Amino acid sequence: MLETYPQIIKGREVVADDWSVLRLEEEEAADSVVVAEGRIIVPLAVWLAQRDSLAARADIGVWIGADERPEALQADLEKFAVVAVDFPKFTDGRGYSIAFNLRKRLGYKGELRAIGDVLRDQLFSMHRVGFDAYAPPPERDIHATLKGLTVFTETYQASVDQELPLFRRHARDVRVDSGDIGYGI
Amino acid sequence: MYRYDQYDHLIVRERIAQYRDQVQRRLSDELSEAEFVPLRLQNGLYMQRHAYMLRIAVPYGLLSSSQMRMFAHIARKYDRGYGHFTTRQNIQFNWVELEHTPDILAELATVEMHAIQTSGNCIRNTTSDPFAGVAHDEIIDPRPFCEVLRQWSTFHPEFLALPRKFKVAVNGAEQDRAAIAVHDIGLTVVRNAAGEVGFKFMAGGGMGRTPILGSVIRDFLPWQHLLTYTEAVMRVYNQYGRRDNKYKARIKILLKALGVEEFTRQVEAEWADLKDNAETLTAEEIARVSAYFTAPAYETLPNVDPAAGIEEHKDNKAFANWLRRNIFAHKRPGYAAVVLSLKKTGVPPGDATCAQMDFMADLADRYSFGELRVTHEQNVVLADVPQSRLFALWQEAKAHGLATPNIGLLTDMICCPGGDFCSLANAKSLPIAAAIAERFDNLDFQHDIGDIELNISGCINACGHHHVGSIGVLGVDKDGSEWYQVSIGGAQGNAAAIGKIIGPSFSALQMPEVIDRLLQVYVRERFEDERFVDTAQRLGVAPFKEHVYATPIVANNLVGEDHYA
Repeated sequence: MLETYPQIIKGREVVADDWSVLRLEEEEAADSVVVAEGRIIVPLAVWLAQRDSLAARADIGVWIGADERPEALQADLEKFAVVAVDFPKFTDGRGYSIAFNLRKRLGYKGELRAIGDVLRDQLFSMHRVGFDAYAPPPERDIHATLKGLTVFTETYQASVDQELPLFRRHARDVRVDSGDIGYGI
Repeated sequence: MYRYDQYDHLIVRERIAQYRDQVQRRLSDELSEAEFVPLRLQNGLYMQRHAYMLRIAVPYGLLSSSQMRMFAHIARKYDRGYGHFTTRQNIQFNWVELEHTPDILAELATVEMHAIQTSGNCIRNTTSDPFAGVAHDEIIDPRPFCEVLRQWSTFHPEFLALPRKFKVAVNGAEQDRAAIAVHDIGLTVVRNAAGEVGFKFMAGGGMGRTPILGSVIRDFLPWQHLLTYTEAVMRVYNQYGRRDNKYKARIKILLKALGVEEFTRQVEAEWADLKDNAETLTAEEIARVSAYFTAPAYETLPNVDPAAGIEEHKDNKAFANWLRRNIFAHKRPGYAAVVLSLKKTGVPPGDATCAQMDFMADLADRYSFGELRVTHEQNVVLADVPQSRLFALWQEAKAHGLATPNIGLLTDMICCPGGDFCSLANAKSLPIAAAIAERFDNLDFQHDIGDIELNISGCINACGHHHVGSIGVLGVDKDGSEWYQVSIGGAQGNAAAIGKIIGPSFSALQMPEVIDRLLQVYVRERFEDERFVDTAQRLGVAPFKEHVYATPIVANNLVGEDHYA
């Protein structure tokens, strides 16, 4: 089955998109499914099974499932115009660690797209761990979803978007005076 | 105590705006309830049996008097005039309206408080020793590290959708008063042979359906690496913790499945990538945070006998009992830490009225440098009281029902809100606590029984810590009626242990008699000065079981025919 997204969020903008996401039907197998022409994001298993024929195509992306390891792509990462990570449910947070590892450990620099159950209230965290493209379900108002990227202007900890934690970025004064609540405690 | 700077204020302010918008979208149906649930939970908002409950974070249990007054204000304005202090040193309000919750958060922000991550599958409020900074047996004050962890874990982008909730506790004293062995991560601040500060790092402890004590995965982690090592643990858990069954989703199950050795190997491999990165703590940062936790302006005072010189009260037994039970030794001469009991018979354990909250805030201002602590046993501590003023404090506290001399005794129970409030509960817990408190109200008897921890949970989630009670009571559902399973020999602290079940469960009305029979065996078998838990662990379940089940326990209103079904 090919999923298409007329629009996605890229960076901080809504843009038209012509990539399709291939998801295997139950009766389909990774090594025999026919990958159509055009810009297709294939499951990791399909890439691994059909690497020889797919590697020649410039219009292939790959997506990683929540229970899969990005390390399996290590040797090939340079080849892809887009790598996607699937969120089967928005409450399944494995994709955040997959993204972090893709960026930090494997040094992936290309487009990293969140697919699946990608909702407004998770977008900010997704951005922080290295996603730069988001494909929310097409039936959602994508302009409303976009607002999820601008929730916080400051964060405590380091992640992919911000190499330094707050305490290394700002001089944080101790401002204790005798008029304070809990003074001297 | 820690004070917000502009960045803390900014983050909390933006959080309130985010949450207010989420509530708005829920009310307009833009967000479905299924989508809203994890969002509101991460803000401590539960749907209970009758109403919404809002849980407010009290970082490591430390409160200023103005924060306590804010709780009183919230209780009055948005709730029904009371609040409930929890076993995670937080406070919850049981009767709030969804529409009001953003305003409650805005009011909390004015006293530097919030409800962030007090629930949900994320890193929860870090808990610690309620006597941190004043305990006579403290090695290192754990609070600066708790605060550093609070900031690091707040909205950590990678760890907001974990397989399950995640709880961290930090202890810095010889005696563990933070129950670290039953936490997902339990830290002990220690010094190595060279005198350097670091952590003994435990992981994989927990209660719930599968109680397991944590395993030490590193004997000494230098303090600089606290955040990167914790991050490594979290990343292993986030990727490999089970997500197919919520009862098997805690880190303890992963650690058990992999084995300590393999789990540790994975953590160390993860850490190898992170070690010495920018998240490594600096001496400047620890110094900055530690500066908020310096000693108050103590006077130089001699140690005194608080009862001396108060001739007319020399034989005042109630005061003597209170001194025996509700005072904790302070590291500073002339001072004492005082436990205000929220376990008066007839009051649900941990509950306080708005008047009591205001009053406790006043006591803090007048006796203890304006500061209070919530204990995980659901009491409140005034940590810095001059010994010479204990009698005056006792008189005032007593007049407000806060001086029951029962700390560590039978009626100082830990008890979850249970089936009266909580929609997860299988059985009520508060009426059991009330019936037991009433039966054993006699303080002489309680003092004779001595140290004992009676912990009651209304369901397997174990919010009442029943697994680590000297006596643990667990509410269970059998064919639609409420029954209670009893275990003995559990303990928290340095000798943490999981209690053992004595046998078939009991009806609610049998419970006081069950407790009585357990105590009869203890009184019969104890050595001099032996605590209940020691007797129970020495003898095992057998003699207790034999006596408890020897004859039928008649209770007026039994559910079902078989007493021991």
